[in-house]
Amino acid sequence: MRKIIGIILLIIIAWGIIISLQKIPFGTSRAKVADYYINNGKEETGAANIVTSIVVSYRSFDTLGEVTILFLAAIGLGAVLATIKRKEERKTEKASLILFTGCRFLFPPILLFGAYIFIHGHLTPGGGFQGGAIIASAFVLMYLGCHDKKKINETGSIISESLGGLVFVVIGLIGLAVGAHYFLNNFLPKGEFNTLLSAGIIPIIYIAIGFKVGAELSKIIDLLMEES
Amino acid sequence: MNFLHNYIYYIGAFGLIFIGLFIMITKRNYIKVIIGLSILETGVNLFLISVGYISNGTAPIFSKAGIEAGKMVDPVPQALVLTAIVIGLAVLGLALSLAIRLYKHYGTLNLQEIKEQRW
Repeated sequence: MRKIIGIILLIIIAWGIIISLQKIPFGTSRAKVADYYINNGKEETGAANIVTSIVVSYRSFDTLGEVTILFLAAIGLGAVLATIKRKEERKTEKASLILFTGCRFLFPPILLFGAYIFIHGHLTPGGGFQGGAIIASAFVLMYLGCHDKKKINETGSIISESLGGLVFVVIGLIGLAVGAHYFLNNFLPKGEFNTLLSAGIIPIIYIAIGFKVGAELSKIIDLLMEES
Repeated sequence: MNFLHNYIYYIGAFGLIFIGLFIMITKRNYIKVIIGLSILETGVNLFLISVGYISNGTAPIFSKAGIEAGKMVDPVPQALVLTAIVIGLAVLGLALSLAIRLYKHYGTLNLQEIKEQRW
Protein backbone atom coordinates (compact mmCIF):
# COMPACT_ATOMS: atom_id res chain seq x y z
CA MET A 1 0.00 0.00 0.00
CA ARG A 2 2.75 2.42 0.95
CA LYS A 3 4.63 1.50 -2.18
CA ILE A 4 1.65 2.27 -4.40
CA ILE A 5 1.10 5.63 -2.70
CA GLY A 6 4.81 6.37 -3.04
CA ILE A 7 4.87 5.56 -6.75
CA ILE A 8 1.78 7.70 -7.40
CA LEU A 9 3.35 10.60 -5.50
CA LEU A 10 6.60 10.27 -7.43
CA ILE A 11 4.77 10.20 -10.77
CA ILE A 12 2.97 13.44 -9.87
CA ILE A 13 6.26 15.11 -8.88
CA ALA A 14 7.99 13.86 -12.04
CA TRP A 15 5.16 15.22 -14.20
CA GLY A 16 5.52 18.66 -12.65
CA ILE A 17 9.28 18.65 -13.09
CA ILE A 18 9.09 17.56 -16.74
CA ILE A 19 6.59 20.33 -17.53
CA SER A 20 8.66 23.01 -15.81
CA LEU A 21 12.05 21.96 -17.20
CA GLN A 22 10.91 21.48 -20.80
CA LYS A 23 11.02 25.20 -21.59
CA ILE A 24 14.50 25.84 -20.18
CA PRO A 25 17.33 25.34 -22.70
CA PHE A 26 20.14 23.10 -21.49
CA GLY A 27 23.83 23.94 -21.71
CA THR A 28 23.68 27.21 -23.61
CA SER A 29 23.98 30.22 -21.35
CA ARG A 30 25.15 31.27 -17.94
CA ALA A 31 23.49 33.48 -15.37
CA LYS A 32 24.50 37.15 -15.41
CA VAL A 33 26.15 36.98 -12.00
CA ALA A 34 28.31 34.08 -13.17
CA ASP A 35 29.43 36.15 -16.16
CA TYR A 36 30.46 38.92 -13.79
CA TYR A 37 32.44 36.53 -11.58
CA ILE A 38 34.24 34.92 -14.52
CA ASN A 39 35.09 38.18 -16.28
CA ASN A 40 36.15 40.17 -13.21
CA GLY A 41 37.08 37.56 -10.60
CA LYS A 42 40.60 37.21 -11.94
CA GLU A 43 41.43 40.88 -11.41
CA GLU A 44 39.39 41.47 -8.28
CA THR A 45 40.47 38.51 -6.17
CA GLY A 46 43.65 37.25 -7.85
CA ALA A 47 42.63 33.59 -7.55
CA ALA A 48 42.91 31.35 -10.61
CA ASN A 49 40.07 29.11 -9.43
CA ILE A 50 36.84 31.07 -9.82
CA VAL A 51 34.91 28.69 -7.55
CA THR A 52 37.39 29.46 -4.78
CA SER A 53 37.10 33.17 -5.41
CA ILE A 54 33.33 32.85 -5.00
CA VAL A 55 33.49 30.66 -1.90
CA VAL A 56 36.19 32.57 -0.05
CA SER A 57 35.96 36.09 -1.42
CA TYR A 58 32.61 37.06 -2.93
CA ARG A 59 30.51 34.88 -0.65
CA SER A 60 32.84 34.25 2.25
CA PHE A 61 30.25 35.37 4.77
CA ASP A 62 28.18 32.44 3.53
CA THR A 63 31.21 30.19 4.08
CA LEU A 64 31.52 31.46 7.65
CA GLY A 65 27.94 30.33 8.22
CA GLU A 66 28.73 26.96 6.64
CA VAL A 67 31.71 26.45 8.94
CA THR A 68 29.45 27.35 11.87
CA ILE A 69 26.92 24.73 10.79
CA LEU A 70 29.62 22.07 10.72
CA PHE A 71 30.75 23.17 14.17
CA LEU A 72 27.16 23.00 15.46
CA ALA A 73 26.75 19.51 13.99
CA ALA A 74 29.88 18.32 15.80
CA ILE A 75 28.61 19.84 19.07
CA GLY A 76 25.14 18.35 18.58
CA LEU A 77 26.61 14.93 17.87
CA GLY A 78 28.67 15.13 21.04
CA ALA A 79 25.64 16.25 23.06
CA VAL A 80 23.41 13.47 21.70
CA LEU A 81 26.00 10.76 22.28
CA ALA A 82 27.42 12.04 25.58
CA THR A 83 24.60 10.77 27.79
CA ILE A 84 24.89 7.18 26.61
CA LYS A 85 26.33 4.82 29.18
CA ARG A 86 29.70 3.51 28.13
CA LYS A 87 29.55 -0.09 27.09
CA GLU A 88 32.17 -2.53 28.26
CA GLU A 89 35.34 -2.62 26.23
CA ARG A 90 34.73 -4.10 22.79
CA LYS A 91 36.71 -7.20 22.01
CA THR A 92 38.92 -6.43 19.07
CA GLU A 93 41.32 -8.68 17.32
CA LYS A 94 44.83 -7.43 16.88
CA ALA A 95 45.49 -6.35 13.31
CA SER A 96 47.99 -8.36 11.32
CA LEU A 97 51.47 -6.97 10.85
CA ILE A 98 50.93 -6.08 7.19
CA LEU A 99 47.75 -4.13 7.92
CA PHE A 100 49.25 -2.39 10.93
CA THR A 101 52.44 -1.36 9.14
CA GLY A 102 50.55 -0.39 5.99
CA CYS A 103 48.24 1.91 7.93
CA ARG A 104 51.06 3.60 9.77
CA PHE A 105 52.98 3.94 6.50
CA LEU A 106 50.03 5.50 4.65
CA PHE A 107 48.94 7.89 7.39
CA PRO A 108 51.54 10.67 6.81
CA PRO A 109 51.21 10.71 2.99
CA ILE A 110 47.43 11.07 3.28
CA LEU A 111 47.85 13.97 5.72
CA LEU A 112 50.37 15.56 3.34
CA PHE A 113 47.98 15.15 0.41
CA GLY A 114 45.20 16.81 2.39
CA ALA A 115 47.50 19.71 3.24
CA TYR A 116 48.47 20.01 -0.43
CA ILE A 117 44.80 20.14 -1.43
CA PHE A 118 43.92 22.97 0.92
CA ILE A 119 47.08 25.01 0.37
CA HIS A 120 46.54 24.95 -3.40
CA GLY A 121 42.83 25.75 -3.11
CA HIS A 122 43.10 28.97 -5.11
CA LEU A 123 45.01 27.36 -8.02
CA THR A 124 43.59 23.86 -8.53
CA PRO A 125 40.21 22.20 -7.96
CA GLY A 126 40.22 21.76 -4.22
CA GLY A 127 40.18 23.76 -1.05
CA GLY A 128 39.71 23.74 2.68
CA PHE A 129 36.65 21.53 2.84
CA GLN A 130 38.03 18.90 0.50
CA GLY A 131 41.45 18.89 2.16
CA GLY A 132 39.85 18.64 5.58
CA ALA A 133 37.80 15.65 4.44
CA ILE A 134 40.97 13.94 3.16
CA ILE A 135 42.68 14.55 6.51
CA ALA A 136 39.69 13.04 8.31
CA SER A 137 39.89 10.01 5.99
CA ALA A 138 43.44 9.45 7.26
CA PHE A 139 42.00 9.19 10.77
CA VAL A 140 39.37 6.72 9.54
CA LEU A 141 42.20 4.58 8.21
CA MET A 142 43.93 4.69 11.59
CA TYR A 143 40.72 3.72 13.41
CA LEU A 144 39.95 0.85 11.07
CA GLY A 145 43.45 -0.48 10.65
CA CYS A 146 45.19 -0.02 13.99
CA HIS A 147 42.82 -1.02 16.77
CA ASP A 148 45.38 -0.90 19.54
CA LYS A 149 46.47 2.60 18.61
CA LYS A 150 45.36 5.39 20.89
CA LYS A 151 42.54 7.70 19.85
CA ILE A 152 43.16 11.15 18.42
CA ASN A 153 44.87 13.76 20.53
CA GLU A 154 41.92 15.66 21.98
CA THR A 155 43.81 18.82 22.93
CA GLY A 156 45.42 19.09 19.52
CA SER A 157 42.05 18.64 17.83
CA ILE A 158 40.40 21.32 19.99
CA ILE A 159 43.30 23.74 19.49
CA SER A 160 43.41 23.38 15.70
CA GLU A 161 39.62 23.68 15.49
CA SER A 162 39.44 26.86 17.59
CA LEU A 163 42.49 28.39 15.88
CA GLY A 164 40.96 27.76 12.47
CA GLY A 165 37.71 29.50 13.37
CA LEU A 166 39.55 32.33 15.13
CA VAL A 167 41.86 33.03 12.18
CA PHE A 168 38.87 33.20 9.84
CA VAL A 169 36.96 35.70 12.00
CA VAL A 170 40.02 37.80 12.92
CA ILE A 171 41.07 38.17 9.27
CA GLY A 172 37.53 39.20 8.46
CA LEU A 173 37.58 41.82 11.22
CA ILE A 174 40.99 43.16 10.08
CA GLY A 175 39.45 43.58 6.63
CA LEU A 176 36.73 45.63 8.31
CA ALA A 177 39.35 47.93 9.83
CA VAL A 178 41.78 48.45 6.92
CA GLY A 179 41.34 49.12 3.23
CA ALA A 180 37.87 49.12 1.77
CA HIS A 181 36.14 48.68 5.16
CA TYR A 182 33.92 45.68 4.68
CA PHE A 183 33.90 42.29 6.34
CA LEU A 184 36.41 39.81 4.84
CA ASN A 185 37.85 42.45 2.55
CA ASN A 186 40.94 41.25 0.66
CA PHE A 187 43.49 43.65 2.13
CA LEU A 188 46.72 41.77 1.35
CA PRO A 189 48.59 42.32 -1.95
CA LYS A 190 47.36 40.07 -4.77
CA GLY A 191 50.80 38.86 -5.83
CA GLU A 192 51.64 37.28 -9.16
CA PHE A 193 48.68 35.53 -10.78
CA ASN A 194 48.62 31.72 -10.78
CA THR A 195 51.44 31.24 -8.24
CA LEU A 196 51.25 29.79 -4.75
CA LEU A 197 51.73 33.12 -2.98
CA SER A 198 48.91 35.03 -4.60
CA ALA A 199 45.29 36.06 -4.06
CA GLY A 200 45.82 37.86 -0.73
CA ILE A 201 43.83 36.41 2.15
CA ILE A 202 42.25 33.52 0.21
CA PRO A 203 44.98 30.88 0.89
CA ILE A 204 45.19 31.90 4.56
CA ILE A 205 41.45 31.51 5.05
CA TYR A 206 41.40 28.21 3.18
CA ILE A 207 44.24 26.86 5.34
CA ALA A 208 42.27 27.87 8.45
CA ILE A 209 39.14 26.17 7.06
CA GLY A 210 41.18 23.07 6.24
CA PHE A 211 42.43 22.77 9.81
CA LYS A 212 38.97 23.39 11.23
CA VAL A 213 37.14 20.96 8.96
CA GLY A 214 39.79 18.26 9.40
CA ALA A 215 39.62 18.55 13.19
CA GLU A 216 35.82 18.58 13.26
CA LEU A 217 35.34 15.63 10.92
CA SER A 218 37.89 13.52 12.78
CA LYS A 219 36.12 14.45 16.01
CA ILE A 220 32.80 13.26 14.56
CA ILE A 221 34.41 10.00 13.45
CA ASP A 222 36.02 9.61 16.87
CA LEU A 223 32.68 10.06 18.65
CA LEU A 224 30.84 7.65 16.33
CA MET A 225 33.54 4.97 16.57
CA GLU A 226 33.81 5.23 20.33
CA GLU A 227 30.13 5.11 21.22
CA SER A 228 28.84 2.54 18.76
CA MET B 1 19.04 10.73 -29.54
CA ASN B 2 19.42 14.49 -29.32
CA PHE B 3 16.98 14.53 -26.43
CA LEU B 4 19.05 11.96 -24.56
CA HIS B 5 22.24 13.86 -25.29
CA ASN B 6 20.79 17.05 -23.88
CA TYR B 7 18.97 15.73 -20.86
CA ILE B 8 21.09 12.78 -19.69
CA TYR B 9 22.32 14.75 -16.67
CA TYR B 10 18.79 15.69 -15.64
CA ILE B 11 17.62 12.10 -16.09
CA GLY B 12 20.43 10.82 -13.89
CA ALA B 13 19.89 13.48 -11.25
CA PHE B 14 16.15 12.98 -11.02
CA GLY B 15 16.61 9.23 -11.11
CA LEU B 16 18.73 9.52 -7.97
CA ILE B 17 16.26 11.95 -6.38
CA PHE B 18 13.31 9.65 -7.02
CA ILE B 19 15.17 6.57 -5.80
CA GLY B 20 16.01 8.44 -2.60
CA LEU B 21 12.44 9.71 -2.12
CA PHE B 22 11.00 6.26 -2.76
CA ILE B 23 13.33 4.72 -0.16
CA MET B 24 12.41 7.41 2.36
CA ILE B 25 8.68 6.89 1.81
CA THR B 26 8.53 3.11 1.80
CA LYS B 27 11.27 1.78 4.07
CA ARG B 28 10.70 1.35 7.78
CA ASN B 29 14.24 0.88 8.97
CA TYR B 30 15.81 4.11 10.20
CA ILE B 31 19.23 3.32 8.71
CA LYS B 32 17.60 2.74 5.31
CA VAL B 33 15.79 6.07 5.60
CA ILE B 34 19.17 7.75 6.21
CA ILE B 35 20.61 5.99 3.16
CA GLY B 36 17.66 7.28 1.13
CA LEU B 37 18.30 10.80 2.38
CA SER B 38 21.92 10.50 1.32
CA ILE B 39 21.00 9.32 -2.20
CA LEU B 40 18.46 12.16 -2.50
CA GLU B 41 21.15 14.67 -1.55
CA THR B 42 23.50 13.31 -4.18
CA GLY B 43 20.77 13.67 -6.79
CA VAL B 44 20.06 17.27 -5.82
CA ASN B 45 23.77 18.13 -5.99
CA LEU B 46 24.06 16.53 -9.44
CA PHE B 47 21.03 18.49 -10.61
CA LEU B 48 22.45 21.81 -9.39
CA ILE B 49 25.78 21.14 -11.10
CA SER B 50 24.11 20.16 -14.37
CA VAL B 51 22.00 23.33 -14.38
CA GLY B 52 25.22 25.34 -14.69
CA TYR B 53 26.66 23.18 -17.46
CA ILE B 54 27.61 24.64 -20.82
CA SER B 55 28.08 22.36 -23.82
CA ASN B 56 31.77 21.57 -24.32
CA GLY B 57 32.66 23.91 -21.48
CA THR B 58 35.77 23.88 -19.29
CA ALA B 59 36.16 24.07 -15.53
CA PRO B 60 36.14 27.67 -14.24
CA ILE B 61 39.87 27.74 -13.48
CA PHE B 62 42.42 29.95 -15.27
CA SER B 63 45.19 27.41 -14.87
CA LYS B 64 46.56 27.68 -18.40
CA ALA B 65 46.96 30.67 -20.67
CA GLY B 66 44.79 29.40 -23.52
CA ILE B 67 41.55 29.04 -21.57
CA GLU B 68 38.91 31.53 -22.66
CA ALA B 69 36.34 32.90 -20.27
CA GLY B 70 33.44 32.39 -22.68
CA LYS B 71 33.62 28.59 -22.58
CA MET B 72 33.66 28.20 -18.81
CA VAL B 73 30.78 26.51 -17.03
CA ASP B 74 28.79 28.40 -14.41
CA PRO B 75 30.84 28.55 -11.16
CA VAL B 76 28.00 29.67 -8.87
CA PRO B 77 26.19 26.29 -8.62
CA GLN B 78 29.55 24.62 -7.98
CA ALA B 79 30.22 26.93 -5.03
CA LEU B 80 26.69 26.29 -3.72
CA VAL B 81 27.10 22.53 -4.06
CA LEU B 82 30.35 22.73 -2.12
CA THR B 83 28.30 24.22 0.71
CA ALA B 84 25.53 21.67 0.27
CA ILE B 85 27.91 18.70 0.46
CA VAL B 86 29.39 19.88 3.75
CA ILE B 87 25.98 20.54 5.25
CA GLY B 88 24.79 17.15 4.00
CA LEU B 89 27.70 15.55 5.79
CA ALA B 90 26.75 17.36 9.02
CA VAL B 91 23.13 16.22 8.68
CA LEU B 92 24.27 12.65 8.03
CA GLY B 93 26.43 12.64 11.16
CA LEU B 94 23.62 13.99 13.33
CA ALA B 95 21.12 11.48 11.90
CA LEU B 96 23.50 8.59 12.59
CA SER B 97 24.02 9.75 16.18
CA LEU B 98 20.24 9.87 16.62
CA ALA B 99 20.08 6.33 15.20
CA ILE B 100 22.55 5.19 17.87
CA ARG B 101 20.41 6.83 20.58
CA LEU B 102 17.21 5.28 19.20
CA TYR B 103 18.75 1.83 19.14
CA LYS B 104 20.06 2.15 22.69
CA HIS B 105 16.67 3.35 23.96
CA TYR B 106 14.23 1.09 22.11
CA GLY B 107 16.39 -1.85 21.12
CA THR B 108 15.18 -1.62 17.52
CA LEU B 109 15.56 0.61 14.48
CA ASN B 110 12.21 -0.32 12.96
CA LEU B 111 10.14 2.85 12.95
CA GLN B 112 6.87 0.85 13.08
CA GLU B 113 7.78 -0.71 16.40
CA ILE B 114 8.78 2.55 18.04
CA LYS B 115 5.53 3.77 19.55
CA GLU B 116 6.10 7.52 19.38
CA GLN B 117 7.22 7.28 15.76
CA ARG B 118 4.34 5.30 14.30
CA TRP B 119 2.59 6.79 11.29
